[in-house]
Amino acid sequence: MTTLAIEHLTIGLPPGADRPFATEDVSFTIDKGQILCVVGESGSGKSMTANALMGLLPPGVTVKAGRALFQDQDVLRLPEPQKQALRGARIAMIFQEPMTALNPLMRIGDQITEVFAAHNLYSPAERRMRALTLVREVGLPDPEKIIRAYPFQLSGGQRQRAMIAMALALEPDLLIADEPTTALDVTTQAQILRLVLDLRDRRGMAVMFITHDFGVVAEIADTVIVMREGRVVERGAAAQVLGDPQHEYTRRLLDAIPTGRLPPARPKADTPALEIKGLRKIYRTGGGLFRPVREVRAVDDVSLTVGRGEVLGLVGESGSGKSTLGRTAVRLVTPDGGQVLVGGVDLAALSEQDLRAQRHKVQMVFQDPYASLNPRQRIMGALTDGPIQKGVPRAQAQARARDLLEIVGLGADAARRFPHEFSGGQRQRIGIARALAMDPDLIIADEAVSALDVSIQAQVLDLLRDLRDRLNLSILFITHDLRVAAQLCDRIAVMQKGKLVEIGTVHDIFLSPRQDYTRQLLAAVPGGGWAHDAGLPA
Amino acid sequence: MWKRFSSNRPALVGVVLLIAVIAVALLAPVLFPNGPWKMVQRPFLMPMAVDGLPLGTDTLGRDVAAQLAYGAQVSLLVGLVSTLVALLIGVPLGALAGFYGGYVDEGAMRFTEFFQTIPNFALAIVLVAIFEPTLASITLAIAIVSWPPVARLVRAEVMSVRRREFVDAARLAGLSKPRILLTQVLPNTVSPIIVMASLMVATAILLESSLSFLGLGDPNALSWGYMIGAARTVIRSAWWLSFFPGLAIIITVLALNLIGEGLNDALNPHLRQRGQKP
Repeated sequence: MTTLAIEHLTIGLPPGADRPFATEDVSFTIDKGQILCVVGESGSGKSMTANALMGLLPPGVTVKAGRALFQDQDVLRLPEPQKQALRGARIAMIFQEPMTALNPLMRIGDQITEVFAAHNLYSPAERRMRALTLVREVGLPDPEKIIRAYPFQLSGGQRQRAMIAMALALEPDLLIADEPTTALDVTTQAQILRLVLDLRDRRGMAVMFITHDFGVVAEIADTVIVMREGRVVERGAAAQVLGDPQHEYTRRLLDAIPTGRLPPARPKADTPALEIKGLRKIYRTGGGLFRPVREVRAVDDVSLTVGRGEVLGLVGESGSGKSTLGRTAVRLVTPDGGQVLVGGVDLAALSEQDLRAQRHKVQMVFQDPYASLNPRQRIMGALTDGPIQKGVPRAQAQARARDLLEIVGLGADAARRFPHEFSGGQRQRIGIARALAMDPDLIIADEAVSALDVSIQAQVLDLLRDLRDRLNLSILFITHDLRVAAQLCDRIAVMQKGKLVEIGTVHDIFLSPRQDYTRQLLAAVPGGGWAHDAGLPA
Repeated sequence: MWKRFSSNRPALVGVVLLIAVIAVALLAPVLFPNGPWKMVQRPFLMPMAVDGLPLGTDTLGRDVAAQLAYGAQVSLLVGLVSTLVALLIGVPLGALAGFYGGYVDEGAMRFTEFFQTIPNFALAIVLVAIFEPTLASITLAIAIVSWPPVARLVRAEVMSVRRREFVDAARLAGLSKPRILLTQVLPNTVSPIIVMASLMVATAILLESSLSFLGLGDPNALSWGYMIGAARTVIRSAWWLSFFPGLAIIITVLALNLIGEGLNDALNPHLRQRGQKP
């Protein structure tokens, strides 16, 4: 039985946008109890389709043509009151960022009962009862306590569960999930995916699952449509699309995924580029006359070395202290104890004045390509400020900057432009060039590819691999994504709650992990089984 | 930027009005070579009653049109200069407080609060009363009462920009802190400062008019506020003496506010949502 049928949906963008239509002639159907994955990169129009269904299109964006038949009603043409009755009751939606989708000032329980209240259902006592049942159903721990908690008191995964509980409150026939696991850690993501599958089986809902991650698709999809620039380029059963993609774009996307295929081991370096010994960083918050100080051991007695010409991957979930470790290694954060030795100099012990003279030895590539470049400074300035400060003559620094822009694949004339003229992937290349401009002993890449689309991510990883080989770079590569780490790194260090859990070569970690936590992380990688079926160790 | 600004019709109206006011102020000596103080006809002439005196004469038989034109000079001058002085005090103080934090921040902000706890206008009156009421002292007094919001704004902006990753990158490049503040942080706080400054000019003009109305103006400079103040006693018999300067103040302040709003929309496109792609 068909729950939702979208026919020839065309959504128009306001004049002046980069293309006339957000989606063009999109058609698909979802049957009862089926999970349809809509896959595409950012800007492919996948979220717009969902927003149109829910009547949540931003101002200026309008449905130009097509129908969306939900139980034989065209939801796009319904008057607003009827749409409102449909939303939540028959069609529910969950979002990427549960913190912004939940009301921060309302308790979880009240937010769920509000859904009933909005549709005038049940008595207050019964609403509370049902809220409790739902909280239990989505697997939140300690339900009685949770319904009295505020959103900020929950973790990301718990918030997403609470969102799902709200979405399920009125037993919808269709659940739209817009990248619901993108902001979550791998292990949490795996749990949420299992929950969605579980609920589908138990309630027989139809699910429209929007994602950019083919690993997620492999985990849960029954059918798949692949979207590109507003058009459906490929559709079919999950196994067929993943196993035997017909369209060239799908094949490119699949090729771009870090599969966990292990590169051949490279000879191990002997001389260390970076030595970290017994590093500790404790964050203290709160504390007053009557309250104890809260201590978070972000980095707890960690020692590791990165050899010259080696890429060490630092893997862990959010809150594991991996970013703090990276920021301590460049001394953006001053540690509470331990040593950071670069070329024999302890960066952790230098005074602010001496530090500035040593800064160039360790450079960083940041996560957010949009925040890491000064929007009011030309690229040339961003690339030459540091070297000139170091004492390189201006002309020489500028020539080097142009060379570097060539090396990272942007071309020398990029130097005269401003950051906003570049895309995310290009900005990340600029970030890499900026780090290289200082001729550092070590580069720290903090989630440097996490914010990028898969195909762009693959290109930047290729660039890093190329640079590693050509310039014999030493890199500390911080990531939450084991698949990415496997592509680039020689050795991998796994962190959990500020402690170093395991460190070893990529082959050791992936093929014979010694610690439970490492095994858990590996098992949680979405699409692991699928990659395995394809004959790849993952 | 300019394209976005010029697509905003109210802002363009503001620009046209302001240009008109500035033109009148600049052309005053050409249009009225006799100056504003000279008696030209008998007092209390209605507007249009006599050729050559379109706005009539005041209690002493002086040309109201000439007074308006010269008043524009005073109002604009005081408004612009006092805003500049306020920026010169507020921007560095706010930037230092926001960038260095800690004791610097505490000190600077307590100092700012000291000024904020006293009502603006009362402080301005006291300051002008203590000094001789000259144009310079009035300008200074207005600047002294209007810089605290600037310091607050700049502090908040600097604090938020300081946490962006490109500032970390600049630190890694080995740039010194003052240099990071000047070349990386401050350029990114310019837009809200420009918007605020355009609105401050309007407030300053109002403040100056209020002071002059109370008789605390510079006796040698004829301003719009002074005209209204002098005409107060005859407002029922000679309405035009207070009406036209009042209108001039309204038009100028309105023009500046429209421009400020327009700049705000043009410089902070994120705040504009209607008809925009998210």
